[in-house]
Amino acid sequence: MVGKTIKKYWPIFLLPTAAAFCIGFLWPFVWGIYLSFCQFTTVSKVTFVGFSNYAKIMLDNTFSHAFWLTVLFAILSSVIINVMAFLIALALTKKIKGTNVFRTIFFMPNLIGGIVLGYIWQTLLNGILMSLGQPLLALSATNGFWGMIILLSWQQIGYMMIIYIAGLNNVPGDLIEAAQVDGANSWQTLFRIKIPMIMPSVTICTFLTLTNGFKMFDQNLSLTGGDPQKASQLLALNIYDTFYARSGPQWKGIGQAKAVVFFLIVVVIALAQLRLTTSKEVQQ
Amino acid sequence: MIQKTKRNYTILTVVFTFLCIVWVYPIVTILLNSLKDTKSITTRDVFNLPNSKTFAGISNYVESITGMNFLRSFFFSLLISLTSVALILLCCSMAAWYVVRVNSLIAKIFYYLCIFSMVVPFQMVMFTLATTADRIKLNTPYNICVIYLGFGAGLAVFMFTGFVKSIPLEIEEAAMIDGCSPIQTYFKVLVPILKPTIISTAILETMWVWNDYLLPTLVLDIKKYRTIPMAIQYFRGSYGTVNMGAMMASIMIDIIPIIIMYLVCQKYIIEGVIAGAVKG
Repeated sequence: MVGKTIKKYWPIFLLPTAAAFCIGFLWPFVWGIYLSFCQFTTVSKVTFVGFSNYAKIMLDNTFSHAFWLTVLFAILSSVIINVMAFLIALALTKKIKGTNVFRTIFFMPNLIGGIVLGYIWQTLLNGILMSLGQPLLALSATNGFWGMIILLSWQQIGYMMIIYIAGLNNVPGDLIEAAQVDGANSWQTLFRIKIPMIMPSVTICTFLTLTNGFKMFDQNLSLTGGDPQKASQLLALNIYDTFYARSGPQWKGIGQAKAVVFFLIVVVIALAQLRLTTSKEVQQ
Repeated sequence: MIQKTKRNYTILTVVFTFLCIVWVYPIVTILLNSLKDTKSITTRDVFNLPNSKTFAGISNYVESITGMNFLRSFFFSLLISLTSVALILLCCSMAAWYVVRVNSLIAKIFYYLCIFSMVVPFQMVMFTLATTADRIKLNTPYNICVIYLGFGAGLAVFMFTGFVKSIPLEIEEAAMIDGCSPIQTYFKVLVPILKPTIISTAILETMWVWNDYLLPTLVLDIKKYRTIPMAIQYFRGSYGTVNMGAMMASIMIDIIPIIIMYLVCQKYIIEGVIAGAVKG
């Protein structure tokens, strides 16, 4: 009955969101796929060129460099963030003094935007590098890379920690008690009970950190700007750079083709995660 | 044995206190530097505390507010965040209700497209989205909220449908039998029940819109309108000497309201994050 009555009201309930969704996502998405097969500088003059944009991606060696750098970055940052966040969550679910204060402080960097984060750390890291006599962020791609890892860890450990704490608090207390009665030591409770019980949280956090690492843009732009000579560019910044910072009629089409490839990579990660989550649910 | 664990906990507390100092240190450094005069903020002197020679009081903050026109950016950021989040909450909760209760083919297609949109990176649509927004004149801070509704609908619709599904149909049926129109039912029955999800979604979307850099940069005219992230990037990214004092002060002006808001509604923010993560 409710369904039938509100069905007639679709111009009020569904239409505004659906229309905005078409303007803000669906149409740009479809159009973007079409444009990846075209050569254009402005949208009024578009020539269809087939797959040649995709072929040209391979010739642009900044793309393959950015790709492998991003893969390394996403995996490394994901491991560091998850291990740190889990250890902190484990300690904070014990009844130590000041847990709430610690939790509040660790989470705080999450609320600061990527651009501002980048400049905060640029100031700080350059100061440290200079006192160590090392090349500054803009001069060394290695330092820039590690700078981004430190920045992203500082930003996201708190977020993942919150998810792990929620997971750990949901582990039933009598299960742990039962294990202790049976003589399990704290390592055994950790590896045999706590970690298997919070596997859903582990999957979520791994997925979130991997995609965040892959999609990272703002922090990359403000911390290193891709310097030196595009060597610290991650994929998202490489695409932006191809679009807006290069002159020549071919670059916008190539940029759009890169964006499609980027999108496909993210979809593969998402599907892998979905598969992993559902297969675990079946087992339980 | 109890004494041993107690000692371990004391060690942990000390370790964590140290770690927390490390955690807030970057922000404290920026704060201290924002109080120094511009010439003393160099890479070599970043860690020097302000002293009687270099202390500049609040002059950097004055410079940031007057010279960079930072209040204007603050106003635009606030305006865009408020209108976008309000619009997203209203429209998406309505759409989610429609999707769950009507459950027609169109509703299902719309729902799956929304989920799909959450996976798509912004770079995929940035060029075409900016062009579309330009063409239909959705390129001022006053109506950019429509774009945010479109691109942010995915997450919001997803969170709301998850919750609406758990509401028993009988409540709405009873309201309608008693003579409520669908619009009355929505505002008087559904919105009160949805309140926790509305708060969580509001927080997630506010965090996104307030800090968003790329979308407003591509859509808005940077000469006329700058949000805070745009102003900071524009300021720093422009060539020539950068007024580091004003830069540090601007960063602080951006962070301080966020931290105050965080300390005030911390409970909701953390609940929102958990809700978003469990569903996402």
